[in-house]
Amino acid sequence: MKIPLLTLLGALVIGVGINFGTDAFIQLTLIYILINMILAMSLNLVNGFTGQFSLGHAGFMAVGAYSSGFLSTLIPPAEGPLQILYFLIYAGCGGLAAAIAGFLVGLPSLRLRGDYLAIVTLGFGEIIRVILLNTPSVGGARGMYGIKGPADWTLGEFTFSKFLFGYAHAIFWVIVCFIVIWRLMRSAHGRAFLSVREDEIAAEAMGINTTSAKVRAFVLSSFFAGIAGSIFAHYSNYLNPASFSFNRSVDAVIMVVLGGMGSLSGSLMAAAIITALPELLRPLQQMTGVDLRMVIYSLCLILLMILRPKGLMGNKELPSPWGWLKKKGAQHE
Amino acid sequence: MSEKLLEARSITIQFGGLKAVDSLSFHINKGELIGLIGPNGSGKTTCFNMLTGVYQPTSGEVFFNGRVINGLRPYQISHLGMTRTFQNIRLFKELTVLENVLVGGCQQISYGLAAPVLHLKKFFEQEKKLTQRSLELLAIFDLEKKANDLASSLPYGEQRKLEIIRALATSPQLICLDEPAAGMNHHETHQLMETIAKIRKDFNLTVLLIEHDMKLVMGICERIIVLDHGVKIEEGNPVLIQNSQKVIEAYLGPEGIQ
Ligand SMILES: Nc1ncnc2c1ncn2[C@@H]1O[C@H](COP(=O)(O)OP(=O)(O)OP(=O)(O)O)[C@@H](O)[C@H]1O
Ligand SMILES: [Mg+2]
Repeated sequence: MKIPLLTLLGALVIGVGINFGTDAFIQLTLIYILINMILAMSLNLVNGFTGQFSLGHAGFMAVGAYSSGFLSTLIPPAEGPLQILYFLIYAGCGGLAAAIAGFLVGLPSLRLRGDYLAIVTLGFGEIIRVILLNTPSVGGARGMYGIKGPADWTLGEFTFSKFLFGYAHAIFWVIVCFIVIWRLMRSAHGRAFLSVREDEIAAEAMGINTTSAKVRAFVLSSFFAGIAGSIFAHYSNYLNPASFSFNRSVDAVIMVVLGGMGSLSGSLMAAAIITALPELLRPLQQMTGVDLRMVIYSLCLILLMILRPKGLMGNKELPSPWGWLKKKGAQHE
Repeated sequence: MSEKLLEARSITIQFGGLKAVDSLSFHINKGELIGLIGPNGSGKTTCFNMLTGVYQPTSGEVFFNGRVINGLRPYQISHLGMTRTFQNIRLFKELTVLENVLVGGCQQISYGLAAPVLHLKKFFEQEKKLTQRSLELLAIFDLEKKANDLASSLPYGEQRKLEIIRALATSPQLICLDEPAAGMNHHETHQLMETIAKIRKDFNLTVLLIEHDMKLVMGICERIIVLDHGVKIEEGNPVLIQNSQKVIEAYLGPEGIQ
């Protein structure tokens, strides 16, 4: 339990630095990176580790976002430092709602072998979007206003900004998501997921209930997609069905493929790159006066797929920085 | 003494117009080593697939330990104690040799989702025990040194051996081996058969063996079942099979006899 806590602490210290050293635009991009990291890691659990193909991650994100956003309009958060607790609870509820949706979608479609999941999840994503568009109580096409988000809290000289709360909340879930998937993959559960990916018939013959393994992976993945949705909802204070279009599902798939199917560190990197790249290219657009961002973005993707067809990391992981630090420490003694 | 472990009662499976296995009945007693032979395409593998739940028989019943297992999923049948290897090797290629065996041992694991995530003691204890046992199993075929290699990196013969070990890891009562010696040379085949005889004794196993090498089958099987075009044409001890007109005819064709 020491390493996760130390990581969280370190990340929070960095967060304070970012809070004072950067502007709101960079901060927003950073929050989006964290959200996309959760999306990419959770989708990797299904598409990378378990070898299924889900195309509706935006749908589960939407379920999490709307249910958690709606909850915050019913039970508004406390002020001050306690607000973080409320956001954790909203996120948990959003994740739970998405997990239930994942169970309902996954159970019938995962019993079959093959591409059914892609078709069903694709349909699910669109259905959710259309339902949201046509439900007045969550704003319909106008979008949902009045979602409670993190707020500044001043203590004497020091102001804990909205960003700091949002960042702490998001980074907490990034770490939780990473650790849960990382550790599961190094247990019998993870081996069951992998065996399904490798060969379903052989996995069954070895006593693996492949349907149950697939559904477990899918439900957990949906849970974290819901969490990502919840973070998104509260940080933007506003939701619109257009935010959860098919494009977002595709983006998540691109992050997984680009980072490497079955590599969590790959997913983290890809989420950062894909989220930041269009923003980094913005100055170029101002200089040339032409919007070349999408062209360059696509070129980067094509180049990467040629140079590294298995994604940045393949199915390997980066060595742990903690292990590296330990080794350094040992050398000094 | 001769207690029936497995019994097939006139199992039939139809693929479109083709009856791949036709009203096949046989039984296996506890502890026996039975051979299942027949020319190519005679329905041997299909028979395995029906016994282990990959295919459902169109009609007929399969009993295991006195209980009907029709309609059970393959993993459930595996839990009951029947396991198999595959003719066209189906290892988990991108997993290590050890991980392949660990998957086979999944029934020894009883921890839930929380134990590995929170690193509870239960998780480490069970993993350690399972890993130890898996390494012991790997030692049967001298594969423990390659425990951390990818399964796909093993030479062909060792992949077949790993499949047997992975199947053993499920702690079976009955193991169905589908051409375990395919692609091996004479010497390797001989060694493999000795090992099979040994693990059969050590693990108190019942074995159902599909094999094309006649000399080998005749050498180690106590009883042999012969299939041709999905129909059982003969059953009995090796001597009886060797002298059976019907069997010779099935293998050589009617002209072959003249
Ligand atoms: N899923 C299937 N669909 C249609 N036909 C099938 C199917 N599986 C097997 N068959 C047919 O059933 C027959 C028996 O095949 P099977 O694989 O059981 O033979 P076999 O005795 O194992 O042969 P070999 O010695 O070559 O392994 C073949 O004619 C095969 O084409
Ligand atoms: Mg066969």
